Amino acid sequence: MISHPRFYWGETGNVLTPVLFKLPIPSSRALVPTGYGVLPDQNGWSRYLHFQAAWVVVLTGLLYVISGFFSGHFRKDLLPGKAGLSWRAFWTVIAGHLRFERPSAAEAWSYNPLQRLSYLFVIFILFPLVIWTGLAMSPSFVSAVPAAVNLLGGQQSARTLHFFVSLALLLFLLVHVAMVFIAGFRGRLRAMITGRAGTDTERT
Amino acid sequence: MSERSPGERPPAERLLDQSPRDRSRRKLITTGLAAAAGVAGLGVAARIAQRYGLVPPDHGGIYGLGETLTYASQRLLTSHSLAREFPRNQISKPPFANEMAPLKEEFKRLQAGGFADWRLSVNGMVARPASFSLDQLKSYPSRSQITMLQCEEGWSYVAEWIGVPLSHILQAVEVHPLARYVVYFSIDPDWWESIDMADALHPQTFLAYGMNGDELPVGNGGPLRLRLPRQLGYKSVKFITRMTVTDSLKGFGEGLGSSSSEAGYAWYAGI
Repeated sequence: MISHPRFYWGETGNVLTPVLFKLPIPSSRALVPTGYGVLPDQNGWSRYLHFQAAWVVVLTGLLYVISGFFSGHFRKDLLPGKAGLSWRAFWTVIAGHLRFERPSAAEAWSYNPLQRLSYLFVIFILFPLVIWTGLAMSPSFVSAVPAAVNLLGGQQSARTLHFFVSLALLLFLLVHVAMVFIAGFRGRLRAMITGRAGTDTERT
Repeated sequence: MSERSPGERPPAERLLDQSPRDRSRRKLITTGLAAAAGVAGLGVAARIAQRYGLVPPDHGGIYGLGETLTYASQRLLTSHSLAREFPRNQISKPPFANEMAPLKEEFKRLQAGGFADWRLSVNGMVARPASFSLDQLKSYPSRSQITMLQCEEGWSYVAEWIGVPLSHILQAVEVHPLARYVVYFSIDPDWWESIDMADALHPQTFLAYGMNGDELPVGNGGPLRLRLPRQLGYKSVKFITRMTVTDSLKGFGEGLGSSSSEAGYAWYAGI
């Protein structure tokens, strides 16, 4: 992003080809508009970190998705019921958020319809897309699976899509963490780690 | 606590399952054992990976595991796949050339002579070490490919690359069967790289001396550049003058396999 803040559609893109959009980062070089004047080149270690993190995401993600199907987690906890799929149900949740209400105690036990849909969207749309668009940028991977990049309209299209999907994931993360704080940070964190909601004496 | 009556179970299990705390302790022990088995398994996997050439030279440090997983997967899945080639009308116009460091005196002298004195020397684990002039390289069967050059920074272009497959030169000098890497050097002493034999013998790995039907421009690495379309641009070293075939990268620089790795970039850039 910093090293080439220009985005394109299609197979190739460089300073001589038409740009889809640019990020307002001042350029440090004339011919290749790198933003190294703003932040010196960090591409070495940050790429290492990126691909190491990608492995963590892919491996834990696979484990999560497989176990989620086997345990019925997606069906039981995430798939919204008939009642949850009405505009009314969504509006109730959105209205609650707009009034900055703290979620009721009942909500500690199950996800509301809006939550269910956003989790399903992140798990089954955004994560697969970010992995796919990422792999589509790998010259070696697409040599074995050319369809991965051809279906997206080219390598630069994959890069542009990767940028937007990762922005969407970042937005999800920020909203998610904000909601955890609103719902009560300590209680929610304890619930996430132990799998037990509310006070410790319940459910024994 | 439990729906079943205690009488249904053998006493020992009942003891173990007395309270949530015991249950979580049992879980902890199983998890611990599984983790220990996992670590032992990783140790064995590392030995096997080393043996089959699945460990990159930059496998040390905190990012080593991810890098090794990437390189090993690529070697297992994509050793022989061909980079995408494009139709002629997809060649980027006008051709793009990255900015480069000012050329040194030695290069300017060779350039003034029309690169007639440019040499590529090949040595190391080969039966017949040799030095090739550009004319000699051009006398070998020439091949061309229309492939993309992708920079790690994010930009890219497509060009027709003309040259001789590196495998042809490696056959001519007769590489030792135990050789594992080819190390190659630019006339610019700060730029050198290496590749494994899978990439060195790959049919699209070229010593390129031409581009888009013409001589290879200096801006794109002329008179001689390595072309490796399945990896990012920094592996396609410009102004190449020297190659060494070896079974170990330890003796080269810091032993990380390339100037890019020493500068903190991944050695394997196929991603």
